[in-house]
Amino acid sequence: MTVPLIQFIDIMKSFGTDHVLKGVNLSIYKGEIIAIIGKSGTGKSVLLKHIIGLVQQDSGQILINGVPLHQLSVEEKISFQKELSYMFQDNALFDFMTIYDNIALPLVENSNFPKNQVKEKVFTRMKQLGLTGTEKKFPAQLSGGMRKRVALARALVTDPKIVLFDEPTTGLDPVRKKDVHSMIQEYQEKFEFTAVIVTHDIPQIFDLVQRIAMLDDGIIKFEGSKEDIFDSHSKILDTFVGGEDV
Amino acid sequence: MLVKLIEKVGSKIIKLLESIGRIVIFFWTGVMNIFIAPVQFAKIIDHTWFIGSKSIFVIILTGLFTGMVLGLQGYYSLLQFGSEAALGSAVSLTLIRELGPVFTAIMVTARAGSAMAAEIGVMRISEQIDALKTMHINPVRFLFTPRIIASIISFPLLTALFNVVGIIGGFISGSIMLGLNRYVYMDTVIKSIQMQDISGGFYKSFVFAVVVTTTCCYRGFYTHLYSGFGARGVSLSTTNAVVQSCIFIFIFDYIITFFLV
Amino acid sequence: MNKRKMEFYVGLFVIIGLLCAGYLFVVLGEINFIKDKRYPVHAFFTSVSGLKTGASVEMAGVEIGTVSNVSIDKERLLAKVEFSIDKNIKLSDDIIASVKTSGIIGQKYIDILPGGSDIMLEPGEEIELTESSLDLESLVRKFIFNKDEK
Repeated sequence: MTVPLIQFIDIMKSFGTDHVLKGVNLSIYKGEIIAIIGKSGTGKSVLLKHIIGLVQQDSGQILINGVPLHQLSVEEKISFQKELSYMFQDNALFDFMTIYDNIALPLVENSNFPKNQVKEKVFTRMKQLGLTGTEKKFPAQLSGGMRKRVALARALVTDPKIVLFDEPTTGLDPVRKKDVHSMIQEYQEKFEFTAVIVTHDIPQIFDLVQRIAMLDDGIIKFEGSKEDIFDSHSKILDTFVGGEDV
Repeated sequence: MLVKLIEKVGSKIIKLLESIGRIVIFFWTGVMNIFIAPVQFAKIIDHTWFIGSKSIFVIILTGLFTGMVLGLQGYYSLLQFGSEAALGSAVSLTLIRELGPVFTAIMVTARAGSAMAAEIGVMRISEQIDALKTMHINPVRFLFTPRIIASIISFPLLTALFNVVGIIGGFISGSIMLGLNRYVYMDTVIKSIQMQDISGGFYKSFVFAVVVTTTCCYRGFYTHLYSGFGARGVSLSTTNAVVQSCIFIFIFDYIITFFLV
Repeated sequence: MNKRKMEFYVGLFVIIGLLCAGYLFVVLGEINFIKDKRYPVHAFFTSVSGLKTGASVEMAGVEIGTVSNVSIDKERLLAKVEFSIDKNIKLSDDIIASVKTSGIIGQKYIDILPGGSDIMLEPGEEIELTESSLDLESLVRKFIFNKDEK
C-alpha cells in the first residue's frame, strides 16, 4: 500500500462548545479525485481548511507523505502549501479588483513571471472557462455562476498539484455543473493533480471521482470507491445518496 | 462566588493581553513590510487617492468654517480686552497647534477610516482574507501596509491644507466681515507662528495617521474575533473603529502636546 | 475609476498639500535658507517673563532681528537671551535692550535703544545694558500699597 499524500489521524476540532470534528480518519492518495459528501454543516469545509492551514486541529495529526505537518521545516511547509490551491465556497473574490486582476493575483504576488506570461496564462484560463470579455469587469457585475468560474480560474491559474474544491458547483445550472465537472476531470487528467471535492452533487459526482468519503456527525462514516457505495448497506448512506428523509 | 469573580477578572486580563499582543504584531508586521520589496505602488496610489484626494473638498469646507468661527469667536473675546489686533495669532496658533491636526484626523477617520474598517471587515467575513492566505499573500502586507503609507502621506498634507484654509477663513470673518485691518491680521499670523508650532502640528498629524489607520484596519481585520460574523459584525467593527480612533486621537493629542510644550 | 485619472488626482492632491505645507514652513515658520544674513549677540536680564523664542527685536519700532534662544545662565542665575540681528544693522556697545509688551496682554518683544558709542558690537558679544520686563502685578501692588500709606 502506498503512503497517502495527506492523511488525517483522529482530527478533533471544536468551536466553543460545538464539537464539529470528533476524530476524523481519512487518507487522500496522490493523483486521485476524492469527494467528501455529507449533510450541510457537518464540518466538511472545516476539514478542508485543516489541509491548507486556515484551521488548526485541537488534537490529532495530519500527515503529509507520512510526515506530520508540524514536523515539517518551514521551507517544506511552504513548498507543500504552494502546491495547494483552494477554491472557496463563496468564491472569496476581491470586489475592488477587476476579474483579470483577481485571476492574476496569485501569479503577480508570488512569482517572478514576466507580465506578458502572466497575461497569457490568465487569458488561457479565462478562455477555457468561458470568461473571455469580462476581464475589465468587477466581480459584482457578474452573475453567480460566472463568479464561480472566476474563482475556479483563480484556483487553477498557478497549476497546482493539489486542488481543494469547496462546493465548486453550488449555484450553477445543470449544464454549467457538467462543464465544471468535466473541466475538473480534464485538468486532472492533464496535470494529474489531486483533487478533493466537497460537494452535494449526488449522483453526478460519481462519474468524476474515484473515491468517496462521507462525513457525518463529526466522523467519517464511509470511505471507499463508488462501487463500494452501492454494495454497502449503511442506512445513513443509502438515505443520503437516495435523498430520502431519515 | 469569590473564586468566580477572580476567574472573571483573570479571563478579562488574559483577553486584554491577547488583544494587545495581536495589535502589536499586526502593527509591526504592517510597518516592517513597508521596507520589504517590492513596493506596492499601484495600491499606495489607489489608497492615497481615496484617503487624500477625495478628502480635499471635505477638508476645505471644514477648515474654512473652523477658521471663520474662530475668527468670529476670537474677535469678540479679544475685543473685551481691547486686543482684537491679536486675532491673527489667536486663530493661526489654535489652528496650527491643535485644531488643524485633530479636526483633519477626525474628518479623515469619518471618511476613510470607516471605509477601511468596513472594507477589510467584509473581506474577512467573505473569506477573502483566508483566500489571500491560501495564495501565500500576507494579508497584513496586502491590506494594511499600503493604507498606512497612504495615510502617512495624506494626513500631514491634508492638515497643511486645513491650516491654510482655516487661516483664510479667520481672515474672511475677522478682516472682511468684521473690519479688522487686514495687514494687522496677516502680520500677527506671520509673527506669532514659530517653527516649533508648525513642526509640532506635523508630528501630531503623523502620529494620528499611524494611530487611525492601525485602529481602523485592525478592527476590520479581526471583525470575526471582536464583532462576530455577518453584516452586523461589520457594522459593529466599523462603529468601534471610528469611535476608538477618535478617542485615540484626543488621547494622543494630549500626550504629544504634553511632550512638545 | 480610470487609472490615469486617479494618478492625476493623487498628483494634484500632493501638489496642493505640499504648497500649503511649504507656505506654512517658509512664510509662517520663516525657515532661513540663507542663514548668514544675521549675526548673534546676547544679553542677560533679571527677568524675561513671557518672552519667547522668535519674538521680534525692534529698534525705533522697526524689526531688526529676532530672539533665537532664551535660557538660564546657571552661574549668574540670570536669563540669557540670544538674538539674531540683521547683518546690515550695526549696534554700538552702549545700546540698552529692554523687554517690552505690545498692548496690555500682547506679546513680549525686545526694544533696543540706540547708543552713541563709536565701538560697535562684534558677532557673539554681549549687550551690557538691559532692562527687564515690566511686571504688571508688582506695579499694581505698588500702586495699591502707596495709596494705603497716604
